[in-house]
Amino acid sequence: MSVSPTLSVAEIKDRNKALIEEVLKVYPEKTAKRRAKHLNVHQEGKPDCGVKSNIKSIPGVMTIRGCAYAGSKGVVWGPIKDMIHISHGPVGCGQYSWAARRNYYIGTTGIDTFVTMQFTSDFQEKDIVFGGDKKLAKIMDEIQELFPLNNGITVQSECPIGLIGDDIEAVSKAKSKEYDGKTIVPVRCEGFRGVSQSLGHHIANDAIRDWVFDKIAPDAAPRFEPTPYDVAIIGDYNIGGDAWSSRILLEEMGLRVIAQWSGDGSLAELEATPKAKLNVLHCYRSMNYISRHMEEKYGIPWCEYNFFGPSKIAESLRKIASYFDDKIKEGAEQVIAKYQPLMDAVIAKYRPRLEGKTVMLFVGGLRPRHVIGAYEDLGMEVVGTGYEFGHNDDYQRTAQHYVKDGTLIYDDVTGYEFEKFVEKIQPDLVGSGIKEKYVFQKMGVPFRQMHSWDYSGPYHGYDGFAIFARDMDMAINSPVWKMTKAPWKSEELPLLQAAE
Amino acid sequence: MPQSAEHVLDHFDLFRGPEYQQMLANKKKMFENPRDPAEVERVREWAKTPEYREKNFAREALTVNPAKACQPLGAVFAAVGFEQTIPFVHGSQGCVAYYRSHLSRHFKEPSSCVSSSMTEDAAVFGGLNNMIDGLANTYNMYKPKMIAVSTTCMAEVIGDDLNAFIKTSKEKGSVPAEYDVPFAHTPAFVGSHVTGYDNALKGIIEHFWDGKAGTTAKLERKPNDKINFIGGFDGYTVGNMREVKRIFGLMGIDYTILADNSEVFDTPTDGEFRMYDGGTTLEEAADAINAKATISMQEYCTEKTLPLIAAHGQEVAAFNHPIGVSATDKFLMTLSRITGKPIPEELARERGRLVDAVADSSAHIHGKKFAIYGDPDLCLGLAGFLLELGAEPTHVLATNGGKAWAAKVQALFDSSPFGQNCHVYAGKDLWHMRSLLFTEPVDFLIGNTYGKYLERDTGTPLIRIGFPIFDRHHHHRYPVWGYQGGLNVLVWVLDRIFESIDATTNVPAKSDYSFDIIR
Repeated sequence: MSVSPTLSVAEIKDRNKALIEEVLKVYPEKTAKRRAKHLNVHQEGKPDCGVKSNIKSIPGVMTIRGCAYAGSKGVVWGPIKDMIHISHGPVGCGQYSWAARRNYYIGTTGIDTFVTMQFTSDFQEKDIVFGGDKKLAKIMDEIQELFPLNNGITVQSECPIGLIGDDIEAVSKAKSKEYDGKTIVPVRCEGFRGVSQSLGHHIANDAIRDWVFDKIAPDAAPRFEPTPYDVAIIGDYNIGGDAWSSRILLEEMGLRVIAQWSGDGSLAELEATPKAKLNVLHCYRSMNYISRHMEEKYGIPWCEYNFFGPSKIAESLRKIASYFDDKIKEGAEQVIAKYQPLMDAVIAKYRPRLEGKTVMLFVGGLRPRHVIGAYEDLGMEVVGTGYEFGHNDDYQRTAQHYVKDGTLIYDDVTGYEFEKFVEKIQPDLVGSGIKEKYVFQKMGVPFRQMHSWDYSGPYHGYDGFAIFARDMDMAINSPVWKMTKAPWKSEELPLLQAAE
Repeated sequence: MPQSAEHVLDHFDLFRGPEYQQMLANKKKMFENPRDPAEVERVREWAKTPEYREKNFAREALTVNPAKACQPLGAVFAAVGFEQTIPFVHGSQGCVAYYRSHLSRHFKEPSSCVSSSMTEDAAVFGGLNNMIDGLANTYNMYKPKMIAVSTTCMAEVIGDDLNAFIKTSKEKGSVPAEYDVPFAHTPAFVGSHVTGYDNALKGIIEHFWDGKAGTTAKLERKPNDKINFIGGFDGYTVGNMREVKRIFGLMGIDYTILADNSEVFDTPTDGEFRMYDGGTTLEEAADAINAKATISMQEYCTEKTLPLIAAHGQEVAAFNHPIGVSATDKFLMTLSRITGKPIPEELARERGRLVDAVADSSAHIHGKKFAIYGDPDLCLGLAGFLLELGAEPTHVLATNGGKAWAAKVQALFDSSPFGQNCHVYAGKDLWHMRSLLFTEPVDFLIGNTYGKYLERDTGTPLIRIGFPIFDRHHHHRYPVWGYQGGLNVLVWVLDRIFESIDATTNVPAKSDYSFDIIR
């Protein structure tokens, strides 16, 4: 099905450039001019991908992006398991994001753990008219009464909060005082702020800085004895158990993981993180802010890593080990050696089935680059990629470390563009989200959701790579794709067809 | 190392291995500052008590696990029921990402919808420019026949005026002056998704019948013999619409389905993505003014739409998601009365088959207690069916149900000897339901996917009927309306009952004497 392997790099570049010209024709002039800046063909040696990013989506184009609330409640705060996160405003935001992100955790839900629950102030018209602060205060009282084992509360603002002038900070402070210094965190992540989920990540990071770190008493006794090998996992949301299949490797190499941010995380872990010797950062986009803050304020270095696929995992384990002594460096080598037979077996099994297959990605802020190595370990090639909410530093990392010459780059892709690109490039696999999944499957293109792991996972770590390889094989080589055309329909149609 | 290439372990097996179990136990003990297990157990038991229930029901401000969504979701659902129509939601863009995801997760289908992507500057200055640019882009890119506009709460709070904005957009050339852009204000802080369905449908009908926002003459009704049909917000729209069309066909009724989204939520995988498929044509939507009558299958989804239609001189009739024998009888007899067409023998035979199935199986359902939650009409439909099966709908709860709905459910209880010990809960959520299930246990729970948490916590077996259903596939392709639909619901209920009996009678040498091969 794939056409690109038969073309030279120069031919691919020409095709991709023509493709960009073609899709831009559909837009009114002003829109075409704006969208043109988000689309490009990657040139080897350039410091970034040559696209504009992290700017406003254009009205009416069917952007795939979400909002700041999604970035804060849905991504950063939601997985903190022993706190109650109030979706503050009307009912919908909390409802649509309820348990949808697969942040795995262990705990007694409803008693000491609350991740897969929907707490909302369910704003009514009177709350808009008269303000919601009194209701919020009462909600906190009711939470204390009905969920006495909660370790803290966050207020995740929905759009109306910032528009009606509510003072959630004052309510949070007053209630915190009333409940003996209880951690209560107001988060100004109204959905209209910023241009995507990304500002929500930043606001949520800042809220941890201001309402968790800055509230820790400097003389408080540590809950555990520190060791020279204490690290914190930052920016792993434990989707399908990703943080667990990562943690096990760090521990096997001799490190001690004192906190997970934020998948299967707890308030105590957030509070303990300033004691870490190194912060290891997986999702740079959503948690670089707090990592930089901890570096500045507490002197904790941070190190980006990539646990997708054996090549990047080995590289990352060695990079992390380089911050420590020989014991850890040897530990890293032992871990790499231990899993080598498993990786060899996985690749021996799946690579022959996947060799040369092409992939187009469109994901959030990390995976559009991070998973490329895992595909390459399987002999696959990523021919197009783009970020829903990446910034220029993401495109720099992408250009400098991940994508090949001629790769099609599409920032904040519109529904129309994505369909057209896939229709013309005809990749063997598309990896994106739930809103895209069925569009491409209707076109007969194998698809995997790369936000939720399509209800599978983990994909991180060595254990996760086996699942990743199995899933990609399952998607691409499923017999269903041979049945999309009725055998009695003989007329020649293009393989894939987007909606007109 | 538990993982292997030969037999790849998924998350459910992988993390149960000793390596991970040990790791997770250490994490908890060392770093999570866990609560004393005895204290957790004490609170867990306390949360099951009548005392906790009393506190739980005394809640005035906090909502926990509600069974409702917000208005624009319903507006989007209604809009895609029209031919080549794109829903355009004016306000923040994240909302649209949520509606699309939500609908896709239920139907396992694409869900197309655009946003005007308002941000901080629009919050200050209003979203007029977003509307002007947005309509132009959508019109050019997706070539819709109609763009149906609704609002998020952001646009409502700042008070954007859709009528004026659309007019201005047309003046600025975003779309042609005569192009159809019906609209509805759908504030998320009023009502729920069923309200949004109602507002959006009313907006579209008003647009076509009442002069397209003052741009053309109002239509004059020239009565004909057609019947309009409205399904309401319905997770079973795919199966139900097809069943209703079959029934209309059998009866020889000339009909118009308003907001028929049964095709767009069930397109084939054949190499082509159909962004649009099926739907009520715009001509049919306009012509619907001439119909003899309009039938709504869901009263609480059409509280504003039906009065609008009635005001144009049509008879209107509303049902409450009719499920089962007598509800379907009533539906068909109403159709027959309005159209003057007799109910054909074939439907009488289908009725007989459903009664036959009920007679064959009722011994297993009779006297069983059920808790039901869902949208107001669905609750009424299911409760009515259970009563005619001789079961007791002990707890009936709708987060988006009001006082009038509660009175209607109570009247239903009062009409049956099996309803005497049943209670209705309007405006309550699934955390209330949890207390009910602990303090007044029932045999089975009927609800949407989120009921699985209640099943896990209380041990009440869940029968998945409602919206959304995310964790079971394809049930939306089956009807629950008509006698055939009643048969489907009967089978789903029976399957769960039998599974439950088998699952509790399968311990060898202990309980397996009841592990019967014939039931």
